[in-house]
Amino acid sequence: MRLVILEDYDQASEWAAKYICNRIIQFKPSQGRYFTLGLPTGSTPLGCYKKLIEYHKKGDLSFKYVKTFNMDEYVGLPRNHPESYHSYMWNNFFKHIDIDPNNAHILDGNAPDLQAECDAFEKKIEEAGGIDLFVGGIGPDGHIAFNEPGSSLSSRTRLKTLAMDTILANAKYFDGDLSKVPTMALTVGVGTVMDAREVMILITGAHKAFALYKAIEEGVNHMWTVSAFQQHPRTIFVCDEDATLELRVKTVKYFKGLMHVHNKLVDPLYSMKEN
Amino acid sequence: MPSNKSVSDAPIVQFTNCRILRSHQLQREDLWVREGKILNPEKLFFEEKGSADIQLDCKDSIIAPGFIDVQINGGFGVDFSLATDDFKSGIDLVSQKILSHGVTSFCPTLVTSPPAVYHQVLPQISIRNGGAHGAGILGAHLEGPFISKEKKGAHPEHCLRTFEAGAFQDLLATYGSLHCVRIVTLAPEMKRSSEVIRELTKRGICVSLGHSVANLSQAEDAVQHGATFITHLFNAMLPFHHRDPGIVGLLTSDKIPAGRRVFYGMISDGIHTNPAALRIAHRAHPKGLVLVTDAIAGMGLAPGRHTLGQQVVEIDGLNTYIAGTKTLSGSVATMDTCVRHFQEATGCSVEIALEAASLHPAQLLGIEHKKGTLNYDSDAGSPGHVPRGAAVVHFAAGGKSSLQPDPQTRYDASAVFQPQTWVFFCFFYLFPILVLYGICSKDKTT
Repeated sequence: MRLVILEDYDQASEWAAKYICNRIIQFKPSQGRYFTLGLPTGSTPLGCYKKLIEYHKKGDLSFKYVKTFNMDEYVGLPRNHPESYHSYMWNNFFKHIDIDPNNAHILDGNAPDLQAECDAFEKKIEEAGGIDLFVGGIGPDGHIAFNEPGSSLSSRTRLKTLAMDTILANAKYFDGDLSKVPTMALTVGVGTVMDAREVMILITGAHKAFALYKAIEEGVNHMWTVSAFQQHPRTIFVCDEDATLELRVKTVKYFKGLMHVHNKLVDPLYSMKEN
Repeated sequence: MPSNKSVSDAPIVQFTNCRILRSHQLQREDLWVREGKILNPEKLFFEEKGSADIQLDCKDSIIAPGFIDVQINGGFGVDFSLATDDFKSGIDLVSQKILSHGVTSFCPTLVTSPPAVYHQVLPQISIRNGGAHGAGILGAHLEGPFISKEKKGAHPEHCLRTFEAGAFQDLLATYGSLHCVRIVTLAPEMKRSSEVIRELTKRGICVSLGHSVANLSQAEDAVQHGATFITHLFNAMLPFHHRDPGIVGLLTSDKIPAGRRVFYGMISDGIHTNPAALRIAHRAHPKGLVLVTDAIAGMGLAPGRHTLGQQVVEIDGLNTYIAGTKTLSGSVATMDTCVRHFQEATGCSVEIALEAASLHPAQLLGIEHKKGTLNYDSDAGSPGHVPRGAAVVHFAAGGKSSLQPDPQTRYDASAVFQPQTWVFFCFFYLFPILVLYGICSKDKTT
């Protein structure tokens, strides 16, 4: 893996956005040759989305030939509920960019047959040629997407019941009222994300530090599902200083020492204007 | 961007780089319009997989709902209380010209007139939606003749009437027909007014109290029977008195039926009401304030003599008097002037000033689900001309609009409201409900 350590949240968000920007542009997407991107929600990627929107508004990055697949969506929450992931993606990303609505895929938590919806989602990913870059976050309990502790590391897209840790973490979005937080969600499986050609996990904040430690310094374990990516050939963890607080000094020093190599991935920052 | 909409193939216009008045706040959001309605872009994206056909860069302007003027007696030489042969073209002229003041719906107002005038004029007024041709007509406002002699103001005394004998039948006989009437102003102290008010309210006509010497208790009774509006507060009524506040007391009355709100018109041209009085009214009952122009035929014309129904009036600057007297008779202020003056005098926010001329009159007439706001599904008119070959149209001088942006007008966008000249963008192909304010900034601070 690559462990890219930036000083703070803003710098980590910017590094991640630059990386995504460069990957898309270097891919040279065009009609019939789309770049497929997996996308997360939550507070961690907000800064990254803001930067991507900035690059788009400056004319440096277009999402015209990008297909996106979101990781998850709550079950039973109306699509236009302000806390649904559809609303999140619209307000924080889609409405500011030029993506074709037909290419923005999010699981439908109100589908009549939830398992069929999940199977159809897997099929859509397959038809799109697989995911080029899956961007994700990590829960305080080490989960990726809604693959809660105990999820199979070869799981596919399916319905999951949320763990108490997750419900507690989400309560802040529902006026602190636990009874209003959805208890089930549709989520891509660990196996689904492992199938992506490249994976980037964003981790910021001291409250995620223990999860990061478990994910990269301990063994592969279905109780900390992000640990599965130790077995993926191309994974990047992008984090800030605070997220490294539970890591061994040796680990942190090693990867910080590699920053000059990591930075070549984002510098120069490409622009579609040059094409 | 290919449009792939399942609901309709009509073009979708997206206004970008703007601030819109929504939920009582100026929000930095794009405004989407299709087929005369404001569109929910999230629904469009996820359900129809649709996107915009035309994008217009508004250069940081404010988009506000179109103003609704519920008291306007004429303008540009046209007098709604005169039964002329070309009455229809007169009303069309006013409706077209007030678009540039930001007014997209109005109630042509008739002052006290002989029955013959009502019988000839009212059938020529039809309720219609606005569009590129002009502001929409919501129905007539009949101010008089059932008003008080002592508070007739500029209304001709010989035309005043009572409905003592036949109550509602008298009123109907005077007006001839009520089918396009939206508001009736009357004096509630008149005998049998409660029957008349109930009958008018039953027919969905808004009853307004004005030109009256009613005391507070008579005014409250009128509200109990259905009255919901006060015509030009302070003017043509008893002054506020601390032991009998009169009609003005309705603003803070505790006898208003639950769930109802009393609205009051204010002519905020700086002449009809002292700014201190305007502030008192606004502070006492901010949600009821409705800005009206009470404009007369001379509005938009040079100073001099013009008619107002059966009278001759003289315009001198912003003052208009019955010729040879000091009796105020209507105004020549335009709605945008009134909004601006209101904001300056009260120091209120842009949002409140704009709502006083849009949301509140819409609420008064019970049409806020369709007009007076920029909420999804409310009226926005029909985009007519789609500039050919343009995927993105920059709104700039030379663009197809009825009022060009003034490149000399630059303001600091962080200051909420500047007392300088406003620039209005009225998209000629946008239904009159949509008004674009241009407040361009040199240094964008937001």
